[in-house]
Amino acid sequence: MSVAPATAHSAVSLSGVSRAYRDRRGSAVQALTDLSLEIPNQSVLAVVGPSGCGKTTLLELICGLQRPDAGEVSCEPAVLMPQRDLLLPWLSALDNAALALRVARHSRSYARGRARELFAELGLAGFERSRPHELSGGMRQRVAFLRTLLSGKPVLCLDEPFGALDAITRAQMQGWLDDALRREPRTVALVTHDVEEAIVLADRVVILSPRPGRVVAEIDVDLPRPRSRTDGAVIALRERALLALGQEQDR
Amino acid sequence: MRRNVGSILAPLLLALAVLGVWELYVDLHGVDPLVLPAPHAMAVEAWNNGGLLWSNFTITAEEVVLGLALALVCGFAMAVAIHLWAPIRRAVYPHAVGSQAIPIAVIGVLLCYWWGFGIFPKLFVIALICFFPVVVTTVDGLAAVDPDQLKLLRTLDASRWQAFRFAELPAALPAALSGARIALAVGVIGAYIAETSTPSTGPHAGLGHEITADLTALQTPRAYAATAVLFLFAITCFYALSIAERKLAPPVNRQ
Repeated sequence: MSVAPATAHSAVSLSGVSRAYRDRRGSAVQALTDLSLEIPNQSVLAVVGPSGCGKTTLLELICGLQRPDAGEVSCEPAVLMPQRDLLLPWLSALDNAALALRVARHSRSYARGRARELFAELGLAGFERSRPHELSGGMRQRVAFLRTLLSGKPVLCLDEPFGALDAITRAQMQGWLDDALRREPRTVALVTHDVEEAIVLADRVVILSPRPGRVVAEIDVDLPRPRSRTDGAVIALRERALLALGQEQDR
Repeated sequence: MRRNVGSILAPLLLALAVLGVWELYVDLHGVDPLVLPAPHAMAVEAWNNGGLLWSNFTITAEEVVLGLALALVCGFAMAVAIHLWAPIRRAVYPHAVGSQAIPIAVIGVLLCYWWGFGIFPKLFVIALICFFPVVVTTVDGLAAVDPDQLKLLRTLDASRWQAFRFAELPAALPAALSGARIALAVGVIGAYIAETSTPSTGPHAGLGHEITADLTALQTPRAYAATAVLFLFAITCFYALSIAERKLAPPVNRQ
């Protein structure tokens, strides 16, 4: 195995990757087997699969938090946005967003300044000094996304970023993420169990099998943005994806 | 404002009730003052010996404050070392537990041999008695940080020190302060143990010393009066720390 710089066209490339982990009882669980995928520069790849198919393991491999047992992972520097927002309760919203810059040893005033610029864009103006527990779930998630964005890394790994939100807030957040990525394009690996979310946001959707996860279907989403979930083409692709998922689960 | 009045009035009323029952019990049963002096006898003793109690109190108070400061600094430093380096944890933790079983009288002479009759042996004893709760609570607080939080900081390329500074240290602060409060509660009795188990010179050697001397001299009411001073001092210290805590750790930090 090796972790090498990415190729010219792909920011992230995994080939023949396998990874096992030990569960709480100490027995080995094969999370991924022989998984290969590529994410072209500045495109969004959504990874969909049944729960426990190794999606989180996949993101941790991309972020370099784990190493593959076999195969090759090569990617540009990646940052993780975990499922839970993991904001620090003793910091203000602004300081939480600026955390990546503080870690990169920028001065407090510079870090806050950079974060403040983006606060307004994300509809967070006026909440700079609020503590995380004073914010709504959607706002906390936006602050967490800002923290991810401000790390300046070319690859963003989003682990079910809107999974904990109610349907209305989730739809708003998807629209807002789509906007943010069009303004500031990045390479994104988006893990989700919501097929519709995958089709609305991604350039390409990869469907994983139940554990051990491997790619069973790939769907290119070549539709103009912003996409509406009620659009005929979106619904057609959603059906295709659900079918692929269902076949895999029936097996 | 009403809450403030209540928080002073409620303990005051309880104290008055206890003292009243105590007074009645001693008077009605004719208990010997050598066994249990009546509250009014304590008050008379305190009034007549105000100067003596005060000068002994200042000595004990100095010991408690400095000894606690030493305990907090050492306990916190040890907790951080134990948290950051597993070998230190393995080597040091069992001995830190064992140190709590040392009867101080056993090492009293040694401490005097090293540092003489001054204040330092007493500070050492107080610190020895008080550091342990600080270590245990701080180590647990540092270890209780969400592992996902540390993972996140790693993907932001945080160094070990930065993970400590940004996540672990602030998260452990409330636990460390709880440890400090426990340390404080045992700090005053620690001063008594320190004074009675290490030799001192002169008549003014702290309240603990005075209590022992009074008890042997059958001056029981005065020993009780001195004890009352210790009782009040412990309460004062506890609330002083609570105020410091409010300044140091904002409310959201204490979940």
